Amino acid sequence: MTLALPTTVPLQAYLALAAVLFCTGVWGLINSRNAVRVLMSIELMLNAVNINLMAFSSYLDGQLIRGQVFTIFVITVAAAEAAVGLAILLSLYRNRETVDMERFNLLRW
Amino acid sequence: MSIASSTQLICFTVLSAVVAIGALGVVLLPNIVYSAFLLGGVFLSVAGLYLLLNASFVAAAQVLVYVGAVNVLILFAIMLVNKKEDLSAIPGLGLRRLLSGGVCAGLFALLLRVAFTTHWATPGPEPVGEEATLRIGEHLFSDYLLPFELASVLLLMAMIGAIVLARRDVLAADIATGEPADQGLIEKSRTPLLLEKTNA
Repeated sequence: MTLALPTTVPLQAYLALAAVLFCTGVWGLINSRNAVRVLMSIELMLNAVNINLMAFSSYLDGQLIRGQVFTIFVITVAAAEAAVGLAILLSLYRNRETVDMERFNLLRW
Repeated sequence: MSIASSTQLICFTVLSAVVAIGALGVVLLPNIVYSAFLLGGVFLSVAGLYLLLNASFVAAAQVLVYVGAVNVLILFAIMLVNKKEDLSAIPGLGLRRLLSGGVCAGLFALLLRVAFTTHWATPGPEPVGEEATLRIGEHLFSDYLLPFELASVLLLMAMIGAIVLARRDVLAADIATGEPADQGLIEKSRTPLLLEKTNA
């Protein structure tokens, strides 16, 4: 079996790229000390999901492009999430004077 | 397909390399301002990928919402909380990084296995191409009308919530003197309420 280079971009390439992006986002979410970077990692993960939806929409659902509609909704929710998340972060920073995730232990028993 | 397939392949390779390396940079760079700008680059490259997938409307929305709004918001947040602090060392941080790296690698392997062993029903129906914007509009006002309206309510709630959470109490009065407090443009330093007891 010879390994021929594909002439067009296969669906699996998009899925693999989205997997790379999602796993990078998960690692950053767990390991970031700065709270702003945690929000950035969440945005990376949401973008990975969007890439998956768009690839499926183009390759498997070309006529009824439901994946694109879902992507629009995900973008909307991501914008709302970013606004509220950064407002929470700002209010937390005013009260604790730090952005270190390890020192946000208000809800820890 | 409007672009020649070899051009498409080259564009996909370049864009995906930018996305992957940029995402690693966002997570790993020590300076968070560089991370934020790299995040903008990642968003732009993802918009380019959407263009490759015949979705010009979603690409424009991605640029407007992510690069124009979310990234700028993150940059503002970085500037507002820009305090140089030396993060205290935590025992077992290296071990934690290794363990989470292992978990993420396992997740990555799982996702790749699913992507490459599933028999996808390709080639599917012919993509609509330039008519995509028309179809999205039809979807939004027929079978996705309820989520569309809910999204508008969600955005309103998020806007009010963000204002309530982030504002200073503009109507607050000083308890001792009774004069209005916090009315100036420049925020006065106040005693933080929730500082840890151990540091005090």
